[in-house]
Amino acid sequence: MTQVQGTPPVSPRHAWRRVLRLIRPRISAGNLLAAGITVVIGFALVTQVQAANDVALDDLRETDLVALLDDVTKRADTLESEIRLLEADRRALEEGSGAEAGEAARARLTSHQILAGTVAVEGSGITMTVAAPGGGFTPTMMIDLMQELRNAGAEAIQIGPVRVVADSWIGIEDGTLVVDGEQVAVPFRIIAIGDPHTLAGAMAIPGGFSDSVRGIGGNVQLVDGELLVVDALHRAEEPQYARPVPSE
Amino acid sequence: MIPLIGLAAGVILGLVLSPTVPLWLEPYLPIAVIAAMDAVFGGIRAALEASFNDKVFVVSVLSNVLVAALIVLLGNQLGVGSQLSTGVVVVLGLRIFSNVAAIRRHLMGA
Repeated sequence: MTQVQGTPPVSPRHAWRRVLRLIRPRISAGNLLAAGITVVIGFALVTQVQAANDVALDDLRETDLVALLDDVTKRADTLESEIRLLEADRRALEEGSGAEAGEAARARLTSHQILAGTVAVEGSGITMTVAAPGGGFTPTMMIDLMQELRNAGAEAIQIGPVRVVADSWIGIEDGTLVVDGEQVAVPFRIIAIGDPHTLAGAMAIPGGFSDSVRGIGGNVQLVDGELLVVDALHRAEEPQYARPVPSE
Repeated sequence: MIPLIGLAAGVILGLVLSPTVPLWLEPYLPIAVIAAMDAVFGGIRAALEASFNDKVFVVSVLSNVLVAALIVLLGNQLGVGSQLSTGVVVVLGLRIFSNVAAIRRHLMGA
């Protein structure tokens, strides 16, 4: 850069000597005044730098603004989907108000467990000891027995060591009773949980199970019980084809 | 020396207090700072050329700041505030450059 200067050129050596002389502190009115001015300048400089650090939006360039907008839009989308999720949760909770819903679910679980025979149960009911020295049981007799007990309100039934559930089956193999694939030798015990009076009455009806057993030369001993225990368990198997329809 | 110490003291004071710029001062402060810096570099150059004068320095700082503020004010009134501010920054920047170039030439001889 060529520049016309009003002062005669100074050699670097002179200039450095002058710098050293300037650095030496000299207290004079002018110096102090200059110092006051520089204090203000420094203060203003730092203040402005700090103010510029938190940039307002209108100082940003277009690309920065676009990026910022993208960012905000993406965040808004994320939050929007979160809102939807939380609202669905809230609806679900409102429909089955908390503890009540839990209580209902627990009750349903218990009744299902009893029906499926996966838990031991206790309660009042009847115990029958069936003896038939000559054998001669037919599956029909046993099916009739189960139907009669269920009609009389039996909530849990055990034949010998086997829990009788919805998909139990009964067969005769070599003259021996088979329940769910397990042989049940005579004499065997039948435990049914339910109202003892009704169950006993159902067993006593003419042409019922007791009559049939007597017909093949056996006998049935029926005892009411206040606290009977059905402890045989049925192992629930995972259904192979049936799938629950997902509830919305 | 004392003005240098003053500058450092001002910087420290600003960092410690970290004041918020009042709204009315916001458009003027950056321009004022640049104008003051121009005066400071001019002062250093003058000191190297042995023509430094306290009175000139103070007056030049104050007038620089004042004129810069006035230009910004005028620009804001005319609705060309940002363009005029840019113009002022460019001019002051050029002056700072030429002052620094002169200082460099004095100290380094190149």
